[in-house]
Amino acid sequence: MPTFSGSNMEKLTIYINPEKCTGCRACEIACAVEHSMSKNLFGAIFEKPTPKPRLQVVVADFFNVPMRCQHCEDAPCMEACPTGAISRTKEGFVVLNANKCIGCLMCVMACPFGHPKFEPEYKAVIKCDSCVDRVREGKEPACVEACPTRALKFGTLGEILEEVRKEKAESLISGLKSQGMVYMKPVSESKKKEDLVRPMDLYLAYSNVVWY
Amino acid sequence: MAGKKVPSKQVSITPGVGKLIEKAEDDRVKTAWHRFLEQQPQCGFGLLGVCCKNCTMGPCRIDPFGVGPTKGVCGADADTIVARNIVRMIAAGAAGHSDHSRDVVHVFKGVAEGKFRDYKLTDVEKLKELAKILGVETEGKSENEIALEVAHILEMEFGKQDEEPVRLLAATAPKKRIKIWEKLGVLPRAIDREICLSMHRTHIGCDADPASLLLHGVRTALADGWCGSMMATYLSDILFGTPKPIKSLANLGVLKEDMVNIIVHGHNPILSMKIAEVAQSEEMQKLAEQYGAKGINVAGMCCTGNEVLSRMGVQVAGNFLMQELAIITGAVEAVIVDYQCLMPSLVDVASCYHTKIITTEPKARIPGAIHVEFDPEKADEIAKEIIKIAIENYKNRVPAKVYIPEHKMELVAGFSVEAILEALGGTLEPLIKALKDGTIKGIVGIVGCNNPRVKQNYGHVTLAKELIKRDILVVGTGCWGIAAAMHGLLTPEAAEMAGPGLKAVCEALGIPPCLHMGSCVDCSRILLVLSALANALNVDISDLPVAGSAPEWMSEKAVAIGTYFVASGVFTHLGVIPPVLGSQKVTKLLTDDIEDLLGGKFYVETDPVKAAETIYNVIIEKRKKLGWPV
Ligand code: SF4
Ligand code: SF4
Ligand code: SF4
Ligand code: SF4
Repeated sequence: MPTFSGSNMEKLTIYINPEKCTGCRACEIACAVEHSMSKNLFGAIFEKPTPKPRLQVVVADFFNVPMRCQHCEDAPCMEACPTGAISRTKEGFVVLNANKCIGCLMCVMACPFGHPKFEPEYKAVIKCDSCVDRVREGKEPACVEACPTRALKFGTLGEILEEVRKEKAESLISGLKSQGMVYMKPVSESKKKEDLVRPMDLYLAYSNVVWY
Repeated sequence: MAGKKVPSKQVSITPGVGKLIEKAEDDRVKTAWHRFLEQQPQCGFGLLGVCCKNCTMGPCRIDPFGVGPTKGVCGADADTIVARNIVRMIAAGAAGHSDHSRDVVHVFKGVAEGKFRDYKLTDVEKLKELAKILGVETEGKSENEIALEVAHILEMEFGKQDEEPVRLLAATAPKKRIKIWEKLGVLPRAIDREICLSMHRTHIGCDADPASLLLHGVRTALADGWCGSMMATYLSDILFGTPKPIKSLANLGVLKEDMVNIIVHGHNPILSMKIAEVAQSEEMQKLAEQYGAKGINVAGMCCTGNEVLSRMGVQVAGNFLMQELAIITGAVEAVIVDYQCLMPSLVDVASCYHTKIITTEPKARIPGAIHVEFDPEKADEIAKEIIKIAIENYKNRVPAKVYIPEHKMELVAGFSVEAILEALGGTLEPLIKALKDGTIKGIVGIVGCNNPRVKQNYGHVTLAKELIKRDILVVGTGCWGIAAAMHGLLTPEAAEMAGPGLKAVCEALGIPPCLHMGSCVDCSRILLVLSALANALNVDISDLPVAGSAPEWMSEKAVAIGTYFVASGVFTHLGVIPPVLGSQKVTKLLTDDIEDLLGGKFYVETDPVKAAETIYNVIIEKRKKLGWPV
């Protein structure tokens, strides 16, 4: 298990790709189940207090964005907490001890991502702990494992950057590739008939109705 | 194929299965277990039944943890959505069984009219009995005339428009039950009507009351159990003979290294009985020899397997989760399918071997399969054509790819109600006496599928063993029957595993402690046994020391079966959690409140050992209430 040693590339992190998020909210359910007593869906739904997810899929423009804690290097929430309820694990995750939380909401105001959330049923704030117990067992956080489209990715910063770079490179050359060869112009250029309906047109047709 | 490996030794208890999963991985073929792993983790909304896509304002889903929405766009809450979904499952299951039944009626009628000459009325005794209970006069009429009149009545059961209950139910269910159903307003009037009404009620903006929805689910299920399925059983018996105890073998070891192996798979006996019959003909056997094989070996799979097993003693290669494995042996020339429980993956798997997949029904086609449409008017001819495809394919078999596990187990199947009565000496008296004095504590019907959520056949076999140990006679159908067979529970010798009372009874009668009653539509046979017992004792089915169980169920048909068992007053165990837990109200209705109304209820327990304990206790309670010794 790579620990957060100060070398940036070893930092464990989650990469969010809104382009791939279908908004199925499987991540939310998995998160709630992971933070339940029974750790099993059929047990969790009968528990009191009700297990709650630590991330939320937010709709923004044409995209769904699974919003979760970024486990900031210089975490404003941790700085703001007057009781020391928020601390950092050896893996670098920012975690909250509900027993120490007095519900002052300083962390909520300090977080630039709107992440920590006051939970009336618990009389405390809840926040993402990056499923630190699972990570220590060598597993991915629950939301990442649950995501059917891999809109969420987990790994060290190094690994993730590597993958992202590759993906970006692919998309950069994709325009070139579709012509058949990278450098050669096709001999004859037949004009492609335009699609009658493109997904984007549909989006635009709806876009004067502002739902979000 | 990059993908997760299946822990082959852990996913099944049946010998041979693990080896073939490993072979699949070596051959780079995926099985249902591999795809099940790829699906993990599965959608929580779906598992809880709180996802609705009955209109295009949706899909809507209710947040089970109360952070997100508590209602769909139309305002339907979790209770409504869960109830609607389960009613739709019942409707689909009832449609499956009953449409199968419609096909049998069609052939039966054609035979009566003299149109379908490749079939005949085999069990005329049973035809007369059916005519009698339906009130058809038989005096002075020919067999065909009687059959035609019966066919007319049964055809009407699907689509009659009056308010009278379906006639088969009125004729076969115990009077006390019928009163209860009448009072609740759940007497089914016509099979298609109740299925159609299920779809109507669950349409956007119709029925939103979970209790009223579920009661209609009960009505639809009753139309299936006491009419649709019942009809399929009666008519198949008349056409192909009522099953009698018959010896055979089960498990993948029934495939033959040096013969043309044909698997018949699906549910309908109309085609598969023909295939089994025609394959035995000299002409076909000779042809197989010309192609270098020692002959033709027809083996069954799933319920088509059960149909040909109980009537002709055709050996069975396995149950639901083993359909792909049969192809992976590399020794199967053709899999001939009709409908239901066919994995579309058969075609993908077959593409890695020489096997041909042959679909035969317009309502069940699989892309990539060969389609030879079946027509009962030319049954023999088409059966020959299909068998020829298999024979000609024998030369394409790759010996290096063949691996047939040697495992096979002896069995006795074919315990129709008539056969049980015969074993008892013509009357129910000995059974009733044994029940009353506690030699046999009770009877449990185990039915249903395989499900990769459950270690294959572990639920089926463990539950049966635990029950017979406690002197409970086990009867059953469907893939349970094949599971029980492959693990030796269908042999008279299995009485050794039974408690002293049951053991003595089995030894005296020479029967196994677990009785194979047929395919999944033949659950109607279990209903008939219950009905006969209730009538003989002058009590209701819900008073009897009996229970039902589906330890590894997966299909919508199983939901319909479970519901008609509960509605008939039977305590019914499920070994796989149904998608209802998203609504506490529906869960409570099905596992608790419904008992006050119908005398039966659902009980969910994933551990078969614990389930056996509870089922035993329920049976003991019932015995106490009857004043019988425990
Ligand atoms: S809660 Fe907000 S501020 Fe604190 S670590 Fe997470 S993202 Fe950063
Ligand atoms: S609400 Fe709780 S965790 Fe947040 S700053 Fe206040 S005490 Fe700390
Ligand atoms: S599970 Fe993945 S696709 Fe579904 S909502 Fe969450 S991030 Fe989006
Ligand atoms: S019927 Fe109601 S709950 Fe179902 S999808 Fe439509 S709006 Fe949503």
